[in-house]
Amino acid sequence: MEALAFSDVTLELGGRAILSRVSFAIEEGEFVGLLGPNGAGKTTLLRALLGLVPATTGNIRVFAGPPGAADASLGYMPQTRSSSVGSRLSGWDFVACAANGQRFGLPILDKALRFDVDRAIALVDAADLSRRPLIELSGGERQRLLLAQALLGKPRLLLLDEPLISLDLHHQKSIVSLVSELNRELKLTVLFSAHEINPLIGVIDRVLYLGNRQAAIGTADEVITSPVLSRLYGTEIDVVRVQGRVFVMAGAYEIERDEHRHDV
Amino acid sequence: MSIVTMFEYDFMVNAFEAATIVAVAASLVGYFLVLRGQTFAGHALSHVGFAGATGAVLAGVSPLLGLLVATVLAGAGMGFLGERFQHRDVAIGIVLAMSLGCGLLFLHFFTAYATQATALLFGNVLGVDAPTVLALLALGILIIAALAFISRPLLFATLQPELAEAKGVSLRRLSMLFLVIVALATAASVQIVGILLVFTLMVAPAAAAQRVTIKLWPGLLLSVGLALVEAWLGLTLAYYTDWPTSFWITAIGAAIYMLALSISRQKHVSEYRHEHHHHDEDQVWRPAMTGSRKPKRLSARGEEITARARPISSSSHEH
Repeated sequence: MEALAFSDVTLELGGRAILSRVSFAIEEGEFVGLLGPNGAGKTTLLRALLGLVPATTGNIRVFAGPPGAADASLGYMPQTRSSSVGSRLSGWDFVACAANGQRFGLPILDKALRFDVDRAIALVDAADLSRRPLIELSGGERQRLLLAQALLGKPRLLLLDEPLISLDLHHQKSIVSLVSELNRELKLTVLFSAHEINPLIGVIDRVLYLGNRQAAIGTADEVITSPVLSRLYGTEIDVVRVQGRVFVMAGAYEIERDEHRHDV
Repeated sequence: MSIVTMFEYDFMVNAFEAATIVAVAASLVGYFLVLRGQTFAGHALSHVGFAGATGAVLAGVSPLLGLLVATVLAGAGMGFLGERFQHRDVAIGIVLAMSLGCGLLFLHFFTAYATQATALLFGNVLGVDAPTVLALLALGILIIAALAFISRPLLFATLQPELAEAKGVSLRRLSMLFLVIVALATAASVQIVGILLVFTLMVAPAAAAQRVTIKLWPGLLLSVGLALVEAWLGLTLAYYTDWPTSFWITAIGAAIYMLALSISRQKHVSEYRHEHHHHDEDQVWRPAMTGSRKPKRLSARGEEITARARPISSSSHEH
């Protein structure tokens, strides 16, 4: 069954087309890497799935319904600025703030919600982190808690926006293997955006590559090729494969690397 | 002189009632203010209130009303301008200074009110009468009810703004609502400690509580408890020493915060030591077998621990 599908979808931000007449579908249980240069529309695509950005042409289906209708089955991990880094509250309270946090009233969780928070924290193996203040956690540790937040409410589809950003190699690996475990064990469909394909090689089923208002979907071997990427970047791209790693080059520059550096 | 004689005076009873109401409301609001890193914005709100109160006196209206109107408008405005403005310390500082300047100008035109100016600036809790206590009670209930109503999405928006927004929380509206509540709490606090010292009731207990516990509800309750200690002890000491109440409240506020800092540092060190001890048990154990090296290693370890703990604790007093 299809977890989500775009058919002939155009997405615009401030009157500018980010994606133009794009079609693709992702099956339930797939782990898909969402790649593309900065500004290619990775975040916009994820927000469209949440029903926050309307399609100007075509239509988007999430679990066979319109986006926004299936919000309970979506777990979203936004790209976070470090707004709460200085907080002295515990990791547990941080995860818990997202449990029905949009409702008015006191931040008191009933037994079921507290259980859900504990479950999500256990899934990302963060019981220790949940007892420490946020201010003392590293970037990688905080990402784990963010992932726990995305798992609240037992979603079937995880939308993860750049979970690897500004993490060192070791923490990148641990986040990727954690998500891969969740994908396999809970049969979660995962859409995982990243700047670079390499941390995801070997774990993802397919790649959804955005660029030049277009999208290409397929296995890494099908998509990360010179002709496909040249079309998506609108310039001549070379793809070099060395010992299972992939380097995407435009002339002398290694594109994905440089993209990554800009944000750090 | 005993505690009993203190309560034989109506003005002391009024003062205790007023201080209790304000301490509870201000410390709850302050907890979120500290959590959101908006303490300076809150501080500035009270100064805008000075211009409002003095302006009201000049216009022949109740200063409390002027104070309320000015702080509420400024709070809503600040919330509307958004997060970027709220963290712009220079812009906020200039508004703060200008408000005090305007207040001074209004007083200049209305020279008869020097004592009222002092009361506004530094508080006059012993001058609170019974109707004011009732007004504060109504205000306090309104503040706590409003805060309770928005506290869940407020916490969400504070800790996880991006996700909260995606889940349909309007960050701007929430920020405006919260700063209006802060404005109300400010106006209430001014009755006790005055415009210049609102920080001591609103921020000191909350910041101290967040140092001592990392859990939400224990933190909120501790914040209220510490504010009550600050207010009650301040009034009692003022009664026996005849020094200004506001002085005692600020002094106790500072003492509570320092105490909390040292508790949190100690806790941090002992947790770290415990964890560390656990991790390299062998390494600690082995030198011990060779005799005299053990204490040396431990003291070296102790130094390393405090050196590590210090920057973590001291860096955060700015927010």
